[in-house]
Amino acid sequence: MAFDSFAEFLAMGGHAPYVWSAWGVTALLLLATVWHARAEQRQLLKGLKRRARRANSARGNAQ
Amino acid sequence: MWAFIHKLGSPKWFYGISAKLQPWFWAAAALLIVTGSLWGLAFAPADYQQGNSFRIIYVHVPAAFLAQSIFIAMAVSGLVFMVWKIKVADMAAAVMAPLGAAMTFVALFSGAVWGVPTWGTWWMWDARLTSMLILLFLYLGVIALRGAFTSRDSASRAASVLAMVGVINIPIIKYSVDWWYTLHQPASFTLTSRPAMPTEMWLPLVIMVLGFYSFFIALTLMRTRSEILRREANKRWVQDLVNGQVEEAR
Amino acid sequence: MHSSSQSSETNQQVLAVPLREHKGGLMTAVKATLMRDLTLMLRRRGEVLNPLVFFALVITLFPIAISPDPELLAVIAPGLLWVAALLAALLSLDSLFRSDYDDGSLEQLLLAPQPLVALSLAKVAVHWLLTGLPLALMAPILGIILALPAGSYAVLALSLALGTASLSLIGAIGAALTVGLARGGVLLSLLVLPLYIPVLIFGAGAVQAAILGDGVSAHLAILGALLAASLMLAPWAIAASLRISING
Repeated sequence: MAFDSFAEFLAMGGHAPYVWSAWGVTALLLLATVWHARAEQRQLLKGLKRRARRANSARGNAQ
Repeated sequence: MWAFIHKLGSPKWFYGISAKLQPWFWAAAALLIVTGSLWGLAFAPADYQQGNSFRIIYVHVPAAFLAQSIFIAMAVSGLVFMVWKIKVADMAAAVMAPLGAAMTFVALFSGAVWGVPTWGTWWMWDARLTSMLILLFLYLGVIALRGAFTSRDSASRAASVLAMVGVINIPIIKYSVDWWYTLHQPASFTLTSRPAMPTEMWLPLVIMVLGFYSFFIALTLMRTRSEILRREANKRWVQDLVNGQVEEAR
Repeated sequence: MHSSSQSSETNQQVLAVPLREHKGGLMTAVKATLMRDLTLMLRRRGEVLNPLVFFALVITLFPIAISPDPELLAVIAPGLLWVAALLAALLSLDSLFRSDYDDGSLEQLLLAPQPLVALSLAKVAVHWLLTGLPLALMAPILGIILALPAGSYAVLALSLALGTASLSLIGAIGAALTVGLARGGVLLSLLVLPLYIPVLIFGAGAVQAAILGDGVSAHLAILGALLAASLMLAPWAIAASLRISING
């Protein structure tokens, strides 16, 4: 452990704003890309399923 | 060999195999990035010159590596698409570009923030940062060109050509920028090039780099799957797949 | 490729005629393309003169915006001259294939039996002859008004002549990629400018080295190497891009 206490860890020896902003932006961007990819996949599948259901019910009505 | 390549090229086959591979890469990415972050942030010793601000290296360098690797991966995918007409390669190239641009931005931002305690200014025309800035423009060009075409096939081929032209130019740009930098600023203090980093400093860096690469692979697999669904929505196998899921839900 | 099944029929008709007339007339075709483009461009003098006027205008703006102090200007003159020439060359790129695309002669070029790589190289050569070379010849005059130190004028012209040839070749890739797009102008500069940076570094570097009295042969050699590399690689990319823009 390079730090003696948690407070010291947060302070980063006076470099806190730089270290935490760089790490924060990186973490935020990584999480945002994952979130975006998940949302994209869900939305696509939802759209496809809706279309399939509509097609199925149309076929059901015709019979 | 050829059979394998063509099998790999089939979107249906790729959709299946990527579903099996994806969880492993996500797990590896999460494990490596969490381990590397804890180690790099809390356990690695502070740098004797830069103090704790050097801990930015653990996000700056992996992002910079990935930014360059993704461009190469994109160009290789473009080449595969142009030569063998493998559509999955182009779908992968299409989803890689935004992540590459994001990684370039991360490298630029962390470099700029790192510059404040190191150089006392937000921006220095440092060789690495300058090359990164140019790389960002190259990424934006590829993304914009792909978006500018109405025909998907033209967009794919144009983006492939541009990615290949770009990848040939990247080393040339890198060397000329390095040369330009040493000419104008007699190498004072570059961010990351330092002699002999101790093991407990570079080991977490290696872990972070591996974690970022796993993240890139996992995300590309995931988004390529979405892209397959988007482009092949009218294909028989996609409709069967969706119908199966609809039946299951009942 | 498969989108133009109709044009492949006409393709064969067009192919048949020139093949019978002169077999493998590659040099003839290149010469014809050169002559045709030269004649066309010389007929539209405005398009040839515009980049030159632009170059002079931009150079006039700098002393007004920064300072008329000759000492200050002398320091930044190499960079200003190179950047302004580069932008002037960029300005002329859009018209490289535009009119040929609009009147359909670009399609004819693609259908010609001679390799498109050679024909597009001829077009780029004309472009350089009518923009790059005049810019290089004009630069020393603008160097005078920027108080460029003596002894660097020849290097300025030479580096620009070498460099703009690379710029024309690289820029033609971007022009070929965007010629089919309605608003390709801004996109073209986004695609092309990052690729121009190595040429800019060594071109402006050559002039600066000449001012400082260092040897300029290394810079000029690298500019020559960049030109050789673009001469070898760019025509293939231009040809591929033209095919994409026409068939897409």
